[in-house]
Amino acid sequence: MHHTLSVLVENKPGVLTRVASLFARRGFNIDSLAVGITEDPTLSRMTIVVSAEDTPLEQVTKQLHKLINVLKIQDLDPKEMIDRELVLFKVNAPPERRHEIIEIANVFRAKIVDVGKNSLTIEATGAGDKLAAMEDLLRAYGIKELARTGKIALARGSKDPQ
Amino acid sequence: MRITGAEALVKSLQAEGVEVIFGYPGGVALPIFDALYDVESPRTILVRHEQAAVHAADGYARVTGKPAAVIVTSGPGATNTVTGIANAFMDSVPMVIITAQVATHVIGTDAFQESDMTGITIPITKHNYLVKESAELPNVIKEAFHIATQGRPGPVLIDLPVDVSKGELDFDYSRPVNIPGFKPTYKGHSKQIKQAAQLIAKARKPLLYAGGGVLSSGAWKELKELAELMQLPVVTTLMGKGAFPEDHHLFVGMPGMHGAKYTNYAITETDLLIGVGVRFDDRVTGKLAAFATKAKVIHLDIDPAEIGKNKAVDVPIVGDAANGLSAIIDELRKMGAEPRTDAWMRVIDDWRNRFPFHYHTADGVLMPEYVVERIRELTKDRPTVICTEVGQNQMWGCQYTKIREPRTWVSSGGLGTMGFGFPAAMGAQVGRPEHLVIDIAGDGSFQMNSQELATVFINRIPVKVVILNNGVLGMVHQWQELFYDKRYASSILGQDSPDFVKLAEAYGCLGVRATTAEEVDAALQQAFDYDGPAVVDCRVTEEACVWPMVAPGGSIDEMLGGIPGGPVSEMLDGELLEEVWE
Repeated sequence: MHHTLSVLVENKPGVLTRVASLFARRGFNIDSLAVGITEDPTLSRMTIVVSAEDTPLEQVTKQLHKLINVLKIQDLDPKEMIDRELVLFKVNAPPERRHEIIEIANVFRAKIVDVGKNSLTIEATGAGDKLAAMEDLLRAYGIKELARTGKIALARGSKDPQ
Repeated sequence: MRITGAEALVKSLQAEGVEVIFGYPGGVALPIFDALYDVESPRTILVRHEQAAVHAADGYARVTGKPAAVIVTSGPGATNTVTGIANAFMDSVPMVIITAQVATHVIGTDAFQESDMTGITIPITKHNYLVKESAELPNVIKEAFHIATQGRPGPVLIDLPVDVSKGELDFDYSRPVNIPGFKPTYKGHSKQIKQAAQLIAKARKPLLYAGGGVLSSGAWKELKELAELMQLPVVTTLMGKGAFPEDHHLFVGMPGMHGAKYTNYAITETDLLIGVGVRFDDRVTGKLAAFATKAKVIHLDIDPAEIGKNKAVDVPIVGDAANGLSAIIDELRKMGAEPRTDAWMRVIDDWRNRFPFHYHTADGVLMPEYVVERIRELTKDRPTVICTEVGQNQMWGCQYTKIREPRTWVSSGGLGTMGFGFPAAMGAQVGRPEHLVIDIAGDGSFQMNSQELATVFINRIPVKVVILNNGVLGMVHQWQELFYDKRYASSILGQDSPDFVKLAEAYGCLGVRATTAEEVDAALQQAFDYDGPAVVDCRVTEEACVWPMVAPGGSIDEMLGGIPGGPVSEMLDGELLEEVWE
């Protein structure tokens, strides 16, 4: 089962290595990982997606807590979180087919961010299922290159302490 | 006043009360050793190999409860500490290791004697630091000692570039430590404490299972108080030896692979297993699915990650052992709980009488178990610290000694590090100068760090190494005999090379030999009475195996060897059992 862990860490050199190597050492594969600074410049938030059963995940979470640079870990409830990912697709686009591709982009509220002689680059954001659907459609035209940020997520505001 | 980073390091170690440094200098460590040159305290002991420095700090910490420091140079000096650090990490031993590093401006250029020590030691330290500015040093050192000693103890490494040692700073050690990501829980949850007390009050066949955490926490008084209050039988793990006096009638031995049958029967039969400062290690549990299946489990440990890691727990208590045990005792007193283990103790006594450790003797053959028994008897009335190497010597050490005082047993548990015992004994002797410190060694293990004979001779550290010299890698040999068709691949050392008596003498130490049972007492006594380090080469038989034994992956009540008996279902006396439930 997929879990989305939101991990608040100190913004210091080497913290990413400590966190990432702990997962590897304890036998977990990270599906995606996104790191960035938070509203407090001394802290970073890591959003880590892992596939694991609940019991082994609890063990790795406890081990993660023992890292001195880790301050807080939330295992986000999929129903109670906002999650987004940004993807850049560079798609084969001979002039005669550009129109169709732009239409697909519009349907998904994605943006065309670069136009080449034979390609279009599309920037899309959203939750995983939307992006997967878009990727599926674009594959028919030939995806030349693809880059994704990895998922970032926050718990919904209704979950905040009052 | 401006002082150098190296001077600040020395002042910080003094402020932390560090009495001894085990170290080895080298290029980029020179500013630090230079700053140590003029100070009385801490005293610096120059070892002969960096691995031994870490084991010595480890032995020192185990017998004193206080952290020592290790200081080594960069590159090979630093990487040589890795095994020692891994050992201390597995056994939760507090220490601070300072590795010198190449200058900050050449880090990452594959400079001479550069190695990425913070990278290398992430998995084997509680935490580590690479110091980039001299001004950070006092705080880093203060944090390092705080982290090493608080909560579940462990090693912390500080990587110290040479320009940081040479750079200047204003020294201030008064800033309080505040680490937001490190707040260990000491006090157990009151609801769980209550639940634990209720289970203990009700149990008919309870068993205390105590480990290294009891020693780290200094909770041996509370452990004894609880055991005596409710008349609970106690087993202690290899790491917990000494947490409960082994001559006490409630002491029921060490569980696991080479524990006594009666100990493993008691665990298999108990209806309430009370784990304190233990981690349900595989060498204790054997086949997990068959481990303590009749029992409810209470688990008290300061590390939340240990609770439920291997064995599902009914009452988890995150907290310090001393704190948790005294809270349980208070609760039991409040309830007016009374002991009800009289019949259960008779069941255990019956097993204890039927299945003691035993070994066969033959004329002209020196048995290793006999040597350990004689060490036990000859040191009965003398404050003694027993250290061991790893392998058969260690297991016989567990089986045939009687450890009566906490922090007088030093053995490598989790990592199983051959070569640990002798340097650890050296550190233990520095920590306990008045004690007789003995390393029960094997000929294989001893050779992994025998170069420290020079350190103990020059520094007048009078440890006694008793080698159970069987000329083979005993435990490997035993497994080959049992499970590999007696194909003794790469496990034969030969008893004669080196000549351990001559080796000892070459270093200036006393060397004595015993080849028969008759010679053992005189040889041991001569070494124990000698005013300096000594090596006793006991030429024991290679035939001896450690019995009994749980086959790898087997259930702990089905043991090979020893007095025939088991599994526990066949070993229960029906009448006695009925009394338990009356």
